[in-house]
Amino acid sequence: MIMFCILAVVILGSAVMCVTTTRIMRAATFMLFVLFGVAGLYFLLDYTYLGAAQISVYAGGVTMIYVFAIQLVSKRTLQGLTERIKCSRAIWGGLLAVIGCATVVLVLLKNQFLFVGNAVPDAELPMKTIGKALVGSGRYEYVLAFEFISLFLLACIIGGLVVSRKEEEK
Amino acid sequence: MVPVECYFVLSALLFFIGVFGFVTRRNLIAMLISVELVLNAVDLNFAAFNRLLFPGSMEGMFMTLFSIGVSAAESAVAIAIIINVYRNFHSDSVDSITEMKW
Amino acid sequence: MDIYSYSFLILLLPALSFVILALAGMKMSHKTAGLIGTTSLGLVTVLSYLTAFAYFGGDRLANGTFPTLVPYNFTWLPLGNLHFDMGILLDPISVMMLIVISTVSFMVHVYSFGYMHGEKGFQRYYAFLSLFTMSMLGLVLATNIFQMYTFWELVGVSSYLLIGFYYPLKPAIAASKKAFIVTRFADMFFLIGILLFGFYSGTFSFDFTVEGSVREYAGAAFVLPTALVLMFIGGAGKSAMFPLHIWLPDAMEGPTPVSALIHAATMVVAGVFQIARMFPLWINYAPSSLSIVVWVGVFTAFYAAAVACAQSDIKRVLAFSTISQIAFMMVALGVCLPGHHGAVLDNHAQLGYMASMFHLFTHAMFKACLFLGAGCIIHAVHSNEMSMMGGLRKYMPITHITFLISCLAIAGIPPFSGFFSKDEILTACMQYSPVCGWIMTGVAAMTAFYMFRLYYGIFWGTENKEAHAHHTPHEAPWTMTFPLIFLSVVTCLCGFLPFGHFVSASGQAYDIHLDWTVAGTSIVIAVCSICLATYIYKGESQPVADRLLKTFPRLHQAAYKRFYQDEIWQYVTHRIIFRCISKPVAWFDRHVVDGTFNFLAWGANEAGESLRPWQSGDVRQYAVWFLTGTVALTLVLLAV
Repeated sequence: MIMFCILAVVILGSAVMCVTTTRIMRAATFMLFVLFGVAGLYFLLDYTYLGAAQISVYAGGVTMIYVFAIQLVSKRTLQGLTERIKCSRAIWGGLLAVIGCATVVLVLLKNQFLFVGNAVPDAELPMKTIGKALVGSGRYEYVLAFEFISLFLLACIIGGLVVSRKEEEK
Repeated sequence: MVPVECYFVLSALLFFIGVFGFVTRRNLIAMLISVELVLNAVDLNFAAFNRLLFPGSMEGMFMTLFSIGVSAAESAVAIAIIINVYRNFHSDSVDSITEMKW
Repeated sequence: MDIYSYSFLILLLPALSFVILALAGMKMSHKTAGLIGTTSLGLVTVLSYLTAFAYFGGDRLANGTFPTLVPYNFTWLPLGNLHFDMGILLDPISVMMLIVISTVSFMVHVYSFGYMHGEKGFQRYYAFLSLFTMSMLGLVLATNIFQMYTFWELVGVSSYLLIGFYYPLKPAIAASKKAFIVTRFADMFFLIGILLFGFYSGTFSFDFTVEGSVREYAGAAFVLPTALVLMFIGGAGKSAMFPLHIWLPDAMEGPTPVSALIHAATMVVAGVFQIARMFPLWINYAPSSLSIVVWVGVFTAFYAAAVACAQSDIKRVLAFSTISQIAFMMVALGVCLPGHHGAVLDNHAQLGYMASMFHLFTHAMFKACLFLGAGCIIHAVHSNEMSMMGGLRKYMPITHITFLISCLAIAGIPPFSGFFSKDEILTACMQYSPVCGWIMTGVAAMTAFYMFRLYYGIFWGTENKEAHAHHTPHEAPWTMTFPLIFLSVVTCLCGFLPFGHFVSASGQAYDIHLDWTVAGTSIVIAVCSICLATYIYKGESQPVADRLLKTFPRLHQAAYKRFYQDEIWQYVTHRIIFRCISKPVAWFDRHVVDGTFNFLAWGANEAGESLRPWQSGDVRQYAVWFLTGTVALTLVLLAV
């Protein structure tokens, strides 16, 4: 429980800083903290594989992409580019977020969730099961999704390359 | 055990912080970062629901897994687009994309 | 099948000929078009005569009147209690009018072959003539006042089309518009009268008499006289009574055969016919309103005769003469008094009814002859003005003789028809009131005077040698002289028709007997006027006329300018109606009515303009709105 609270505070705090800071580099950094926090939560939920995947893919890969992108795009990034945040825009966004959040939370709290969490002992999901489910073609198994996502990743990479290719000099 | 409502509230807060960031920020990359926050919130939600409400099945975990993968791919494509935008408009502000009408 | 079932052909044939000539006329040669028009009219004439023979030769009813036959009558527009019908009604006056209209129209069709020869728009002319004939026939055969009104308007339209026949000329256009607008203005009153009548009596139809006595109507005391007087105003417009006569002299801009047909013999008597049709109602419910008719008629007759004495355009003289003669007919209808001995319709007290119809018949014949003769003259000298004429008797003998016969008829000299009919009118007037009688006798004298002034001015007097130097006037071709001869023969003979046998107020046969006091007086006065006119106008030079002109220059000028009636009307319309009524209404229409719609359009435009920035192309704004929309939708769905 305590672990959860700490992680929660870290996540929320980093998230808020992430969206309100003026320097993009700092935003990327705070996002990294958020990602680590979420990975921590996954570990808390006994999803070790998921947590590992989160750290390696998200915290490692995606954050690197972002950092490189920031450097490619803004010339003055490393000098601490600041971005002015428009006040009216912020207020509107804030209002939107608050109302949305309130709605969602209200809906949740009106609902009765069956709390079954205690039924299963605190054991992590074995890797063998995950692996078998991932490539199994049975009823609840995910080989199709697996193949699809591999193809999808390929397409995205190629698409990304195509989109960002420099045009031939005429 | 942490009650499921906590996870839910946490993920909701994270989600709307991401929304706020997306709406407010002017820099394209900052907007994308906010989107990442949103996606992470959703992943967390799925994982939590799976573990705490339906421990026998694994759908939520796999959903999360694939979502992580898809978000990574989508970030890559988005970055490629932003680079293209930067090349054409020489600006990394979303205000420079003004011709998406008619 | 008896002849009455063919009566619908009387209306159908001219309508067909109009449609054919209007649609395909331009593809036909002039001769074909003329033949189509004339043939259909010829058939109509034959049918009319057959119908008349069958009707008047047929049996009378038990009470001695001719039966009112309705061969066709169908409901055209049912509206609750009231219904508009279309049908054919045959009774003595409508059959009499059939003869008049078809004869004169047929003569005009034949005449136009010669007169309009080579004219551009020949086919159009014949099409409009057919349209007019059909409308006029429909008017007299109407079974109910609404049908009469419909055909009344059609007649007005045909008149407009025919007056404006020479539409490249501005005076013609102005004249046609004037005719249409003035008669339309009068028809407004007619319509109000019809609606009042229909509302209070519950029906539009003409079946006033049931078993010889007039029907009872609700609301009779006040409403019916008002309705009848309003209808009379409408008729006064069409029949050119003062002050709505202003269109008729200008209508002479149309071709002369048109003037003969429409503005002498048929359309202008529509007002007289209307009163004759509604006569049982007038006599029973509004006998005192008839005095309005009388005095309007008397004044018009006098006014028109005075103006005619000073006109120099022969067609204008004839136009004012027509106005005067129609006023005679109106007066004759007006001087009828309600009957005695319990019967409302009494032939003796209502001599004027018969006299008016008789005069209508004879006037149509001799006035058409006069106009057609004037047409021959105009055709010969290519001008309407009397100054271009003179001494034409040497060149145009047939025209001369027929014109003379018609002038004698209109002056009221026996044995020509005009004498008989005019005499009956004067007798009726004397019966009503001696003042009225003597005024009308005076007008009759003036009639004789100006007609003979016209006659001498055309056929005697100095020849206009310069005008004749270019081409000598010659007699008209046979197509133009044949109608003249026919009409003048009719004029000679129809005086001896026992008219009262056929048409009379109560419907029973009535023997006309001449009141020799009145007749003698009128003959003497007419002869005196003719002698006066001969004395002043016959000679080569006209010293007396010139002296009179010098003594009364302003009177002559005023008479020449028709006593400034046109100027008065123009003042009324421009200063009063346009400025005080039309301008505010126009302002209201432009600013308030149009303004409302302009405002609505402006509002829509502004709304669109204000929504336009939403599509800004700004990605972030799109995102914002997207999210806002999602949240709002969720809230709405939750609330619902």
